[in-house]
Amino acid sequence: MIRLQDLNKISDYEWEIPKTLRGDMRGPVRIFSTRELLEQILGDKSLEQAVNASTLPGLVGAVVVMPDMHQGYGFPIGGVAATRFPQGVISPGAIGYDINCGVRLLASTIELEAALPHLDRLASLLNQHCPSGVGVKGVVHVNVPELERLLRDGSRWALKKGYASENDIARTEENGCLEEAEPSKLSTRAKTRGLEQIGSMGAGNHFVEVDLVESVLDGETASVFGLRQGCLAVQIHCGSRGLGHQVCTDYVQDFQAAVKRYGIELPDRELVCAPMDSPEGQDYLGAMRAAANFAFVNRQLLAFSARRAFEETFAGKLKNWELTQVYDICHNMGKIETHAVEGNRIKVCVHRKGATRAFGPGTPGLQPEFQQSGQPVLVPGSMGTTSWVLAGTETSMLRSWGSSCHGAGRTMSRSRAKHDFRGEDLRRELESRGIKIRAGSMAGLAEEAPSAYKDVDAVVETVVAAGIARKVARLRPLAVVKG
Amino acid sequence: MTRGRSKTDYNLIMPFEEISHTADWSLRVWAADLRQLFEESAKGMNAIAGTRLADSPRVRRNLSLSAADKESLLVSFLSELVYFAEQNRLAFDEFDLKIEAGPSQTYNLSAMLTGASIQNQDKAIKAVTYHNLHIRQTRRGFEVEIVFDV
Repeated sequence: MIRLQDLNKISDYEWEIPKTLRGDMRGPVRIFSTRELLEQILGDKSLEQAVNASTLPGLVGAVVVMPDMHQGYGFPIGGVAATRFPQGVISPGAIGYDINCGVRLLASTIELEAALPHLDRLASLLNQHCPSGVGVKGVVHVNVPELERLLRDGSRWALKKGYASENDIARTEENGCLEEAEPSKLSTRAKTRGLEQIGSMGAGNHFVEVDLVESVLDGETASVFGLRQGCLAVQIHCGSRGLGHQVCTDYVQDFQAAVKRYGIELPDRELVCAPMDSPEGQDYLGAMRAAANFAFVNRQLLAFSARRAFEETFAGKLKNWELTQVYDICHNMGKIETHAVEGNRIKVCVHRKGATRAFGPGTPGLQPEFQQSGQPVLVPGSMGTTSWVLAGTETSMLRSWGSSCHGAGRTMSRSRAKHDFRGEDLRRELESRGIKIRAGSMAGLAEEAPSAYKDVDAVVETVVAAGIARKVARLRPLAVVKG
Repeated sequence: MTRGRSKTDYNLIMPFEEISHTADWSLRVWAADLRQLFEESAKGMNAIAGTRLADSPRVRRNLSLSAADKESLLVSFLSELVYFAEQNRLAFDEFDLKIEAGPSQTYNLSAMLTGASIQNQDKAIKAVTYHNLHIRQTRRGFEVEIVFDV
């Protein structure tokens, strides 16, 4: 059990577990947190998991964890670890089962006053057009050859099929397509699971949410991002569905033998890994990239469905209400990136699990429109609470592998949330605050109770004070659709 | 899992219990032998997912798996059930299992699963993890803690 006295305080917002804490650590753990949030973090096993993550072979620098961190399986949620490319390892469990789970934000020019009379209908139409819940099918069904084209081309597939615009693609991390995706490295079972799930949300903490841009804190950057105070926005949170889950399941199984072949010893079998330049590592990289492309398309199809719901709601009632894409970010991913380490620029594989890429101004590869501002960082709050739009900074490039927080972060177990809250009560309470709720499962709703999460404002204040992101705008929920 | 019986009923009479986990689901399962441990793990997984079966028609599926160790065999077995639930909307409440140690320290499982279509399921399980997975021999037989990604 890690205790507060095991940590060195760097500043009010940064702490460190030294490499000397345990003999098998290959680097320190850097924690972005206030003292108050740290006490919540110490309440579960997330820091032990971060220490375990620091044993990955080829680790470069520190494992970094965000203030929204919490216990996961193997690797903590809110964790970032970089391994040297190509000799270092890639670990499927350090990316997670929901490969390229992420968030998309769409902005509009629809003012709240004009939208209010139609919000109820909008919530119902979003619920109707964005399939959610356990066992649901997506809005598009394809055959295997078509799926393989989708896995290779990502959002470009959606563009070709008429589900995306050029602007959508330009405003997506990696332009919605990871190169060198290898559909042939997915099992038949993974593909089968994906065939009928394209454009579906799933269950758990995934959602489609209509928000109000309640306040803009940096007008110039908000303008670049396309956000207007007092207008509606839409957040979409989901990932690669059963296809991604199967890819991770398959490779975590396969890598159980790979670690023995490469003589890798780890404190947790969920962290199994293989060198990136090994046949096993190459196979997983190709499969993971294909699953990531599936997730980009999935969110694109949900955006397409959301636009359809807006069209049916506002056609003939409002003019010029276009939903334009602010950005689409990944928060479960392994990416080959170049970072400055002790004065040298080196290639690393950055594993982000429940952490958002937060590239600062001037970072090579960032879209031209974000070169001055830094990239948008989307931080959804818990259901019924504030969400934030932040921007990446130069400091995030130096201190956190170009990463920031991804949400509020759970603090209460699902079983306790189900025990303490009733879904129906929660729905009534949120509706009484003017938030429209459409949920497939009341038990699932109870698990996502806002009190089961940390205070997202405190999380955001921490990353901003630490300098690894800056505030752009705050969003307030108006309607939530959940599985 | 028994048709028509609630999840709460299960927790009262079955040899498994939910244990606290911040984000996902964790289950402690115990049984007199390995075969029963696998069976109770499957029933526990059904219970925490809130899976309810249709009354009929009953369906049967054969399953044959091999793995390098007991833990990998358990993950493979439960992952098969996750796949059946998501892809075929099938779940099982009768498990005729055989587990044998094979050559070169491998473990083999053969099973006849009997169940029905899923009538309702509260939550989807994304995956069965290896996180701290260790099948222990205890005074009462075998015990394991399993973390599910949800």
